[in-house]
Amino acid sequence: MSSRAARDRAFALRGGFEAEGARVVDCEILQPAETLLDLYGEDIRARAYVTQDPGRGERMLRPDFTVPVVQMHMAHGAEPARYTYAGEVFRRQEDFPGRASEYLQVGYEVFDRADPDAADAEVFAAIRGALGSAPLRAATGDIGILKAAVAGLETSEARRRALMRHIWRPRRFRALINRFSGKTPMPEARAALLAAEDPFDGAGPEIGLRSRAEVEARIATLRAEAETPPLAQSEVEMIDELLGVSETCPYALDHLKHLAMDFPVLRAAVGRFERRCAALEARGVDVATLDFEAAYGRSSMEYYDGFVFGFYAEGRPDLPPVATGGRYDALTERLGQGASIPAVGGVIRPDLLDEIGAAA
Amino acid sequence: MSVKLGVPSKGRLMEKTFDWFGQRGITLERTGSEREYAARVTGIEGVSLVLLAAGEIPRELAAGRIHLGVTGTDLVHEKLVQWDQKVEALAELGFGHADLILAVPQSWVDVTTLDDLDGAAAAFRAEHGFRMRIATKYHRLVRHYLRDGGVADYALVDSQGATEGTVKNLTAEAIADITSTGETLRANHLRVLSDEPILRSQATLFRSRTAEKSAETRETLRELLAKLDL
Repeated sequence: MSSRAARDRAFALRGGFEAEGARVVDCEILQPAETLLDLYGEDIRARAYVTQDPGRGERMLRPDFTVPVVQMHMAHGAEPARYTYAGEVFRRQEDFPGRASEYLQVGYEVFDRADPDAADAEVFAAIRGALGSAPLRAATGDIGILKAAVAGLETSEARRRALMRHIWRPRRFRALINRFSGKTPMPEARAALLAAEDPFDGAGPEIGLRSRAEVEARIATLRAEAETPPLAQSEVEMIDELLGVSETCPYALDHLKHLAMDFPVLRAAVGRFERRCAALEARGVDVATLDFEAAYGRSSMEYYDGFVFGFYAEGRPDLPPVATGGRYDALTERLGQGASIPAVGGVIRPDLLDEIGAAA
Repeated sequence: MSVKLGVPSKGRLMEKTFDWFGQRGITLERTGSEREYAARVTGIEGVSLVLLAAGEIPRELAAGRIHLGVTGTDLVHEKLVQWDQKVEALAELGFGHADLILAVPQSWVDVTTLDDLDGAAAAFRAEHGFRMRIATKYHRLVRHYLRDGGVADYALVDSQGATEGTVKNLTAEAIADITSTGETLRANHLRVLSDEPILRSQATLFRSRTAEKSAETRETLRELLAKLDL
């Protein structure tokens, strides 16, 4: 359970965001499980508590506020909007049983079309400001740059889509790159299938919902894939170099601008990074010492698709990040039923601020 | 207090466990009527036998209510979070072999590996509007396995029995279940993926890391393990 001190701190932080113009919102603890399962897939069950209501079906104890806040905004929010909230979230901790399964989160979310790069900087600066003088190290990244690289690959649409689908699963992404570039050969079984005169020889009766037509369609996809020329070595190297970028912002920007000269598909995304750096500087963030890692945030929750950041307690690698955030434009599209809006937000964990002894 | 040894309360697993201990000079036997769950240990002093459902033995070990227990690795891995911090595997007993596997309809000639399953799952979701369903009772193990294998766009549906029938009954597209010979799978027109199984399980003697240990039980445990050559 959250301590009194953490609770007081949570409401004080929320009050701070409110004073900056954010509207206070709340949402139900019991959320319909379907939306979250549809967004995150089965993995969410390992991270959230699912419970059964005989009348309402599966419910989930809210694992975060972002999804319900986006739903609320998409349903009847006026634009632009700034929201803040404070309350418990619930996370199963199968892999780290020592970590809290119920803790407070204070959030700040911005839905604004006007200037997304300025909004990124606004949220980062607001969270950083709220964290005060606590000894924290900031990490930043931008998933939008990797997405731009994948979207611009000179190969088949099917390959680009497969890579995009696994952008948040680094190991699987790598395996696909190796396959598409010819580094790993086609699996034997697949080669045999494509060479077979009758692929359905000995297939047995058709059972289940997945029809023979679907199997045939996939064989056609596999055949097309086998006939697609391998990814250019230069493009594979570009992705490797991009994922290896881990420097302070000015050096990372130089590095990426250089890469974008050879690969114009990166220009727009790198341009956003540059404008964000300027916007951060304008808000008093010392960009010269701010770390940037192009691969940061890739293995966390699937909804961030642009700027990402986290604040970590110095000398406490055992603790999860004290604050995290990022841009989630695609989430608003998926929950918006046709509508979408650029959105960015961040959350703070007041209990962790208490634990590291930060001044309230 | 005596050292408590938990053993499956019925069937081949119980008989084979009795045999395994018997070959090492420790006689385990049921006493009283056929229906009474009472038992006796001879060949060593200070050990008492507790007959339990195999599925409950992991929990009893983790809670420290028994010192030793015989059960399948599959049950320990599925039921105990961070199992290796709660129990220690002392010996594989060489019986009760079964693999936890993933199987798809034989008619899915395009799916032989996890890589294929992921590709088929993406297409399935696009076609049907919901995630490919995999029926199982081993939710945690299967989820871990599929996450490691990079499979997305699937959903687990719970099946506590007759799992091989779910595909034909249209309540799942694929299954993950324990199999020893694969006969039931074949009879239901299912085929195992060619990747390593999710888990290779067999009957195993586990020691609880949490059970109380007085000087007396410690001594008895040492003596017992010496007799068992462990």
